Amino acid sequence: MQYPDVFNQEISLNKAVHIYFPQAIPLVAYIDESCLYLKENKCQICVGVCKNNAIDLKQAPVTKDLNVGAVILAAGFEPYDPKVRAEYHYGEFQNVITSMDFERLLSSTGPYSGEILRTSDKKHPHKLAWIQCVGSRQVIEGGNSYCSAVCCTYAQKHVILTKDHDADAECTIFHNDIRSYGKDFERFYDRTNNLPGVRFIRSYTSIVKEDPVTKNVTIRYSTPDDGVKEEEFDMVVLSIGLNPPVGAQETAQKFGIELTAHQYCKLNPANPMETNRRGIFVSGGFQGPIDIPESVFSASGAGSQIGELLDYRRGKLSIERVYPEERDVSAEEPRIGVFVCHCGANIGRVVNVPDTVEYCKTLPYVVHAQEQLFSCATNSAKEITDVTKEKGLNRVVVAACSLRTLEPLFRDTVREAGINQYYFEMPNIREHNSWVHSKEKEVATEKARDLIRMGVARACSLEALQEFELPVNKAALVVGGGVAGMSCSLSIANQGHEVYLLEKDSDLGGITRRVHSTLDGMDVQEYLQDLKRKIYQHPLIHVYTNAVITDATGYVGNFVTTVKSSRGVAEIKHGAAVIAIGADLSTPDEYLYGEDDRVMTHLELEERIHAGDEKVANAESVVMIQCVGCRNEDRNYCSRICCSESIKNALKLKEINPEMDIYILFRDVRTYGLKEDYYREAASKDIRFIRYEENDKPVVEPGESDEGKPVLKVTVTDFVLGNKIELDADVLALAAAIVPSEETNKLAGQFKVVLSPDGFFKEAHVKLRPVEFNTEGVYLCGLAHYPKFLQETINQAYGAAGRVLTLLSHDIVIASGSVCQVDEKKCMGCGACASVCTYGSLAVQETRQGKKVTVNPVLCKGCGLCNAKCPTGAIQLKHFTDDQITSQIDAMVAE
Amino acid sequence: MGEEQLLQEKIQQICASPGASNFGDVLVVGGGISGIQAALDLATAGFKVYMVEKAPSIGGHMAQLDKTFPTNDCSM
Ligand SMILES: Cc1cc2nc3c(=O)[nH]c(=O)nc-3n(C[C@H](O)[C@H](O)[C@H](O)COP(=O)(O)OP(=O)(O)OC[C@H]3O[C@@H](n4cnc5c(N)ncnc54)[C@H](O)[C@@H]3O)c2cc1C
Ligand code: SF4
Ligand code: SF4
Repeated sequence: MQYPDVFNQEISLNKAVHIYFPQAIPLVAYIDESCLYLKENKCQICVGVCKNNAIDLKQAPVTKDLNVGAVILAAGFEPYDPKVRAEYHYGEFQNVITSMDFERLLSSTGPYSGEILRTSDKKHPHKLAWIQCVGSRQVIEGGNSYCSAVCCTYAQKHVILTKDHDADAECTIFHNDIRSYGKDFERFYDRTNNLPGVRFIRSYTSIVKEDPVTKNVTIRYSTPDDGVKEEEFDMVVLSIGLNPPVGAQETAQKFGIELTAHQYCKLNPANPMETNRRGIFVSGGFQGPIDIPESVFSASGAGSQIGELLDYRRGKLSIERVYPEERDVSAEEPRIGVFVCHCGANIGRVVNVPDTVEYCKTLPYVVHAQEQLFSCATNSAKEITDVTKEKGLNRVVVAACSLRTLEPLFRDTVREAGINQYYFEMPNIREHNSWVHSKEKEVATEKARDLIRMGVARACSLEALQEFELPVNKAALVVGGGVAGMSCSLSIANQGHEVYLLEKDSDLGGITRRVHSTLDGMDVQEYLQDLKRKIYQHPLIHVYTNAVITDATGYVGNFVTTVKSSRGVAEIKHGAAVIAIGADLSTPDEYLYGEDDRVMTHLELEERIHAGDEKVANAESVVMIQCVGCRNEDRNYCSRICCSESIKNALKLKEINPEMDIYILFRDVRTYGLKEDYYREAASKDIRFIRYEENDKPVVEPGESDEGKPVLKVTVTDFVLGNKIELDADVLALAAAIVPSEETNKLAGQFKVVLSPDGFFKEAHVKLRPVEFNTEGVYLCGLAHYPKFLQETINQAYGAAGRVLTLLSHDIVIASGSVCQVDEKKCMGCGACASVCTYGSLAVQETRQGKKVTVNPVLCKGCGLCNAKCPTGAIQLKHFTDDQITSQIDAMVAE
Repeated sequence: MGEEQLLQEKIQQICASPGASNFGDVLVVGGGISGIQAALDLATAGFKVYMVEKAPSIGGHMAQLDKTFPTNDCSM
């Protein structure tokens, strides 16, 4: 019996008893509702077939009572279902699919093993269209009024990936605003836009018809140049938005928490991970429509707050892992075990695994070889450990997938068998083989043999390495006393750690001192005063104002930073450092800024509104120009907050004087997520939005109104009407770009961290490690990372605190054994290696034999850069020595 | 201080009691990327975590995605 596979969006079929998806955790088969026995009490074939007697059709749900101290609600989101609106013809026209369906089509574990095929005829579509904002930004029955915040960028991703699959594909995106508000999003958009055969068309659309024979789909749209048009596409992808999770109401009731009108969790604006019930926190999609990086740091943030709450019982219930004692095998002849993974069908479908296993048995020193369905599954890992022990193996080779993700897991299994974890080798026969050669099975099998032979050769020459245990100083240093730095400090200190908070100014607060309200009506100054008070009163937080870092040395767990401040010069020892130095507001050099006092930045306008400035309050007409100083060649990013900032100011001005004429000249209105509602409110209050293009900017000149009043004349091309219009402004507000703090470069050098192309600090991994640097022990939050709203900053600051605690809550930290070593005989002391080391782990020192380089192993990251520089081959990276690499190459060319 | 000690003792008692297997520090509802990150962080920082997930596997919607923006690396 076959039923639609839910994981594959019901595009392909699966059986009632199946594994959810190949990398599922736990990786066990289960039986779903389509089972004949469960439905009609018949069949039971599976019970007889299963050799392990694993099937129990009478299994019933059990209820368990758990006692816990805190809860995190991470219930996520539910993709919007376009079936609720007939006009999308989803489920009716076969080649109209959702973006979620498209994700599965793209995936190698998807319904057609990674081929993009049309449902109707299983052919490759050539002409594809995406329709944006499906179910979002619409005030209609069955739609959401908010913006889903992820679909603009994921649709661009789809286009890039489609072009990877088929370089000639024609891709059209029908969109409203393009909301590339996140870090690197603008470049991502440009990258998509510059691909050949890609069109971005700003237009409302309707799906008109399906061709009865070809099943192609016709879309109607309009452009300013050509008016209304109809065009046929092979496939139409609906960029569906995000709904709150299914059962949100039930969850809310169960946990006694409140929801918003949109059915997301109601958040405390000053602490967006907090619900209305103490001890219950929220993270991820249930906070509102957000992307993966934010789902990750809000999770770490919620974790940190729980750490604050439950600090008194930390470590009481957790169990320390104990490994068996390590066997010294260095004198033994290699005894290698090879485990070849099928990765479900990922490898097995392409590579002939049984044959490969037989081949492995013929390789030198291989005493055991076997296949495994999923080597990474818990039971398989256990099998590796057991076999290693039983057969007395002293080297393990797992031929499977990416070493980057799974090496730690397998090293662990080797350790469990009492073998040094560096006696492990992992040829990648998935990414490097079966995925890229999926159509050439024989060649792929041959390549798998080659890769494994090389791996086995290297395994022979591997050496046991010892990792370093470094003590952890329990204090943290936080650089920057804005909201990010303060929130982060507070959370760390509330978990019992000393915090040194450095602020270069004479007072805490940063840029937030100039902000007075948020769109959702929070009193920012009151919040800030409260936060500052908590900081100053906290016994574990030491504030250093007028602080300048003069020197920063050390490494994870053991930093030493020298600071000059109002307290004099201090040498601070700390285990972790957080960079939270914020950002600056750019000074516009256009639109008469600095020449005419009616021209101001959006932030200056906010300050003036708050101060009750008469010129502003009595203005008849206010014009705001967006994207001033960014989204251009020099600064190819969006400052993210300015669209909402201007709308906030506009709404405030309308409160003061509903008759005021307000014009916002924009390129895209980027009120992403729940902020969209305020854009709508602004539009409904007669605030006029006029779009301009980068190459046709507004022009500002002093002039006179028809009544003879001195005004600023703002001329702009209106793309809807297609003509130039002239606006009279009493006040002109510029949405000035947010730019990296001028301290950025200096600090990056001191803490040996790197910057993104836009000059903000670069996190270790955009999605998986969004609040830390590659340099261990150094963390990041707030505007220093990228422009963001107060709420997002708070989320991220707690997130950074959470990550800091994963370090500071331990007494020791482990550093890799794969570090450089110098053969002093060969070293001529030229220092070429030291000059390329980004981590400062190499130093030239005077010895009796002359100048020699020494390695500080705890600083070395094992990048190998120095190895390539050394003219004499004196410096080698352990675990990647020349011998080990040449043995691989020799094995490759041997046959 | 006295109160805290009492609390500590109480916790130790509960941990040692036969029902201890039902006693944890944190419950994480939902095993998507957010829930997973929270659980990992908390466990690393010394807490015992229970995770509940209504689907047959953890991973949430991210597991269904092919690659993820803006770096387009694999979401698995
Ligand atoms: C088509 C599409 C493409 C996307 N592409 C990208 C991208 O490229 N990059 C990016 O950054 N973001 C992307 N996103 C957004 C991304 O998917 C989300 O930001 C992210 O998955 C949210 O993670 P989460 O853990 O909060 O939620 P989810 O992934 O939804 O996880 C929540 C989990 O909780 C479970 N659950 C729910 N309720 C309960 C309950 N009561 N009890 C137990 N378990 C429960 C659910 O089954 C689910 O497993 C995309 C979204 C879509 C729709
Ligand atoms: S504007 Fe918002 S809702 Fe519309 S596609 Fe872009 S992100 Fe999604
Ligand atoms: S005004 Fe700011 S937020 Fe809006 S699009 Fe321009 S740079 Fe982005």
